[in-house]
Amino acid sequence: MIALIPRKDIPLSLTLLTPVVAIALTLVMGAIIFGALGYEPLGALYQFFVAPVSHAYQIGDLFVKACPLIIIASGLVFCYRANIWNIGAEGQLVFGAIFSGWVALTFPDLSVGVMMPAMILAGILGGLLWAMIPALLKTRFNTNEILVSLMLTYVASLFIDWLIRGPWRDPMAFGFPLTKNYADAALIGQVSFPGIGTLGQLHWGVVGGVILALVAWFVLARTMIGFQVKVMGDAPRAGRFAGFNPSLVTVMVLAISGATAGLAGMVEVSANIGQLQPNISFGYGFTAIIVAFLARLNPLAVIAAGLVVALAELGGDSAQIVLGMPKVVTGVFKGILLFMLLAGETFNRFHVEVNGVEIKWPGNLWGAKPRKAGA
Amino acid sequence: MEDLILTVLLTSVPLIYAATGELIAERSGVLNLGVEGMMLMGAVTAFGVSLSTGSLFLGALAGAIAGALTAGVFAIFVLGLATNQVATGLALTIFGTGLSGLAGAPFVGKAIDGMPQIAIPILSDLPFVGRILFQHDMLAYLSVVIVALVAYFLKRTRAGLVLRAVGDNHHSAHALGYSVLGVRFGAVLFGGFMAGLGGAYLPLMLTPHWAEGMTSGRGWIALALVVFASWMPWRVMVGALIFGGITIMQLAGQARGWAIPSQFLSMLPYIATIMVLVLISRNKEFALANSPACLGRIFHLGK
Amino acid sequence: MKKFLAMLAGGVMTATAGMTTAIADPMKVGFVYLTNPGDHGWTYAHEVARQEVEAHFGNKVVTSYVENVPEGPDAERVIRELARQGNEMIFTTSFGYMDPTLKVSKEFPNVKFDHLTGFKRSPNMATGNIRFHEGRYVQGVVAGLMTKSNRIGYLGSFPTPEVVQGINAFAIGMRSVNPDAEISVIWVNSWYDPVKEADAARVHIAEGADILAQHTDSPAMLQAAEKAGIHGFGQSSDMKAFAPKAQLFSSVNDWAPYYKAQIQAAMDGTWSTGDGPDHWAGNTWLGLADGYLLLTPMENMPADVKAAGEAAAAKVRGGYNIFSGPLMDNKGNEVIPAGGAFTDADWWSNFGFYAEGVIGDIPG
Repeated sequence: MIALIPRKDIPLSLTLLTPVVAIALTLVMGAIIFGALGYEPLGALYQFFVAPVSHAYQIGDLFVKACPLIIIASGLVFCYRANIWNIGAEGQLVFGAIFSGWVALTFPDLSVGVMMPAMILAGILGGLLWAMIPALLKTRFNTNEILVSLMLTYVASLFIDWLIRGPWRDPMAFGFPLTKNYADAALIGQVSFPGIGTLGQLHWGVVGGVILALVAWFVLARTMIGFQVKVMGDAPRAGRFAGFNPSLVTVMVLAISGATAGLAGMVEVSANIGQLQPNISFGYGFTAIIVAFLARLNPLAVIAAGLVVALAELGGDSAQIVLGMPKVVTGVFKGILLFMLLAGETFNRFHVEVNGVEIKWPGNLWGAKPRKAGA
Repeated sequence: MEDLILTVLLTSVPLIYAATGELIAERSGVLNLGVEGMMLMGAVTAFGVSLSTGSLFLGALAGAIAGALTAGVFAIFVLGLATNQVATGLALTIFGTGLSGLAGAPFVGKAIDGMPQIAIPILSDLPFVGRILFQHDMLAYLSVVIVALVAYFLKRTRAGLVLRAVGDNHHSAHALGYSVLGVRFGAVLFGGFMAGLGGAYLPLMLTPHWAEGMTSGRGWIALALVVFASWMPWRVMVGALIFGGITIMQLAGQARGWAIPSQFLSMLPYIATIMVLVLISRNKEFALANSPACLGRIFHLGK
Repeated sequence: MKKFLAMLAGGVMTATAGMTTAIADPMKVGFVYLTNPGDHGWTYAHEVARQEVEAHFGNKVVTSYVENVPEGPDAERVIRELARQGNEMIFTTSFGYMDPTLKVSKEFPNVKFDHLTGFKRSPNMATGNIRFHEGRYVQGVVAGLMTKSNRIGYLGSFPTPEVVQGINAFAIGMRSVNPDAEISVIWVNSWYDPVKEADAARVHIAEGADILAQHTDSPAMLQAAEKAGIHGFGQSSDMKAFAPKAQLFSSVNDWAPYYKAQIQAAMDGTWSTGDGPDHWAGNTWLGLADGYLLLTPMENMPADVKAAGEAAAAKVRGGYNIFSGPLMDNKGNEVIPAGGAFTDADWWSNFGFYAEGVIGDIPG
C-alpha cells in the first residue's frame, strides 16, 4: 500500500521548504474550512494573516504575542531533540511566575538593578524545579514524563489559584483574586524607538527572548551539552558507548526547558500584567510545542516559527471581531499545521510510494543539490 | 452513601470506555495521545446528532464513529506516513479540541433529554446493591460488557494473540505473515470508536449539554489508567472507579465542610494519578513484563 | 412648487447633516464578552441587553461585540482594537477585564469605557454592577420555607466578594424563616462547566440537599435537580425550559436599563464619572428596585411560600437593607451588631466571613 523508502540524501531545498509547504497546505485547508462554514475564504484568510499586521503598532503586538512562545520553545527544543516529551511547560511557566512573583511581592522596595535579576533568576528556578519532578520520577522510577508533566500543569494552576485567593491576596482588592501590583522596578518596560516612540506593546522581554533563542541555538549546535542532547536523542546506544549518562541528559534537558518556561512566566507577568492573577497563561506552554515543531527543533528557526504561530493567534482575534468567526478556529489551524509539518517530515526522510507510484512533496520539485542526511 | 457510589460509577464510565480503547491500541504497539481530541469529537457529534434526530442511540453511534474517524486520521499519519507518534497524538488532541469547539459552537446552551435508566428486573430490587449496580443506563452496562469482551479477546482468542504479538514483537509477527500495519490500523480505529463512545457519554448522560472542552482532561487520565492497569482490561475498570471515586470525594469533602481548601482537594485526582504511575513503573521487571515491547516504535515496510 | 419645496428640504437637510454629522453618524458601541452568548448565563444576559439596546436606539447606535475573550493581555488587545475601530463607548463585561480596561482607557481619553462588576474607575472609565445578592436573599427565604431536609446545596463558582456575599445573603434570608436550615457549598472553580456542575449537584443531592442554588452559569444543576425530583433556583436567565418542574424561580440579570442609561447619557453629553480620586459618581450599583435584577415568576411551590417570597422581594424593593444587624458569622462571632447595618462600602470590605447557617470555611 504505502511504502516508505528512506532517502539517501535529503536535498537542502526540501529541508528549507518543508515548513513553508506545510504552512501553505494549512492555508489551503483553512480556506476550505472557512468556505464550509460560510465565510468568504480569501477575505477570511486576509483577516487571519494580513490584517493583524497591517499597521506598524501591530508588529509590536505580534512580537509581544510571540515572546512567550519563543522563550518556551527555545527550551523545548532541547527536550524534544533528546526524545524527552515535556508537555508540562504550562505548569512550569506558572511556577516561574510564582517564584518571581514572590520576589516582587516580598521585597517591593528593591532597586531595579537588584529586582530584575532576582526576578529573572527566581522565574528560572521556579520553572526548573517544577520540571525536576518529572525528571526525577523518570530517572529514578522510569515513570512516563508525558503524563507526569501534564498532570502537574493542572496541579500548578490550582496551586496558584489558591495562592492568589489566599495568602497572597491583595487586601485592598476587595477580595478579588489579585495580588498587589508589582512595584515599577519589577515591571518590564516598553521599548521606545528614537523618533517613533513605542511600537504597540513591544517590551524588552521580546528582545530577551530573541537573544535567548540565539543562545539556545549556539548551545545546541556548538557545545558539548548540545552534542550530548542530540546524540542521546538520535542514537542513544551510541551515546552510552561514548560514556554519556542518559539520566544526566534527561535531567539536563528538563532543567533547561523548565527554566525557559519559568522565565517566560516571569516575563509575561512583568511585562503585560503587573500582578499575579489566576489566569496568567493561555496555553502558551502547549502552543510552544507547535512552535518547536514548526521550527523543526532548531532554536534559530524558533523566532520565525513563533511569529508565524503568534500571527495565527492574533488572526483569530481579528477574524472574530470583523467576521464573527468563533475563536476555536485557531486551534483547528494549529492542529492542521502540526499534521502537515509531521507529514512533511516524512517526505523529507523517505520517498513515499503509494501502490508503487511515488508521491512528490511539493518542495521536492526542484532538482536540488543533495545534502547529507542528519547534518 | 448509595447516591455517592452511584455518582462515582457514573463518572467512571467515560474513563472505562476511553481507557479500554486505548489499551487495545497500545497493545498493538501504537501510542495514541490524542484521546482527549477523540473524546471531544465523540461528544460533540453525539450531542449534535441527538439534538437533531432526537435519538440517543443514533447520537451514541455517531459519536463512536466520529471518534473512529478521528483516530483514522491519526492512523494515516502514524501508520501510513510513519510520523512521530507522540507529536502526532498531540496534533490530534489540539485538532480534535479545536474542531469540536468549532462544530459545537451552535450547540452551546441547548439541551437534550438524557438517557433513561433501565432497571434490570429482580436484581435491581436487591437491597443496596440493587440500586447501585442494576439501575443504570445502556451505555454504562455496555461498558462492563465491552471490558469483559476485550479481556476475553486478548486472552482467549487467536486474533487477540496476534494483536499482542504485533505489539510485543512486530518483526516476528511480520515474519509470520501477519499484517502489522493492518492490525494496528484496526486497533487504533477501535480505540477511537471507544474514545468517541466515552466522550459521547458526557453530553448524553452526565449532563445533557455541550460545552467546549467538556472532557476537561479525562482523555489524559484515560492514558494514565492504561499504564496503571498494566494494560489489562479489568484493571482499567478498577482504576477508572478509583479515579472517579477521588473526583467525587473531593466534591463531597467540600460539601461536608472539610477544612482543606477546595483547590487542594481538586488537585487530588491528578496527584493520585502521578503517584499511581510511579508505583507501577518503579518495578522495572513488572513494567517491562507487562507493557507492549514495541509501544511507540515505528514499523517500516520495504527497504 | 412641490419640487421647489423638496429641493429646499433637501438643501436644508444636507446642510444640517453637514453641520451635525455627530448625530447623523450612528454612535458606535462595543462589547467585550468573556464567554459565548449561548451559555445561557452571564454572557447571554449581556447579549440580550445588547440586542435590546439596538432595538431601542434604532439607527442612532451601532453595536458590535467580541466573545470568548480571555482575561489578561488578550483582553487588552481586544479592547484597544475596539477603541481604534471608532467605538465611542466600550462595555467590558467581566471582572477580570478591570486592569486592561483601565490601561486602555488612559490611551484613549475620548472613548468612554464601562467596566462591569469591578471597582476601578478613571475620568473616562465607569463601573456598573447589579445587586445580585438581593435575589439571593429572596431565594434564601423561599429555600428556608421549602426545604424539608434542612439542607441546601450551593454551587459556588469562585470565592469572590459578590459570590460570598451572595451566599451570605441567601443564608440571611434562609435563617430569617428557618433557624435550622444549613447551606453546604461546593466550589466548582469555573463560571461555566456543565459536567462539573452536574457532578457537584449530584454530590449535594447524595449528601441530603433538597434545594439547590448556583452562582455558576449552566442549567446543568437544575437538570440534575429535575432528574432527582428536587428543586432549585436558576441563575442569570430563566432556566425554566430546562427544568420545568424543578425551577422555583430564577434571578435574571437585566443589563438593558444600565446600557440604555449610559448610552443615552453619552448622547446627551451628561456622561461623567465625577471627580477623583475615586470617581465614585461613576459607579452604578442597582438591583430589584430599579429593574436591574429581575425575578422570574415563582412556581412549583405552595401558595403560602410564594406569598412569603414575593413579600420578601417587595421588602427589598422597598429599600430593606439585607445586611443589617444583628448578624452572626458561622463561627459565633458578631459581624453586625443589633441596630447596625452595612453601608455599600462596608459590604465590599467585609466579605471574609460566612454568615450563620453556612457550613465550612471560605477557601483561601
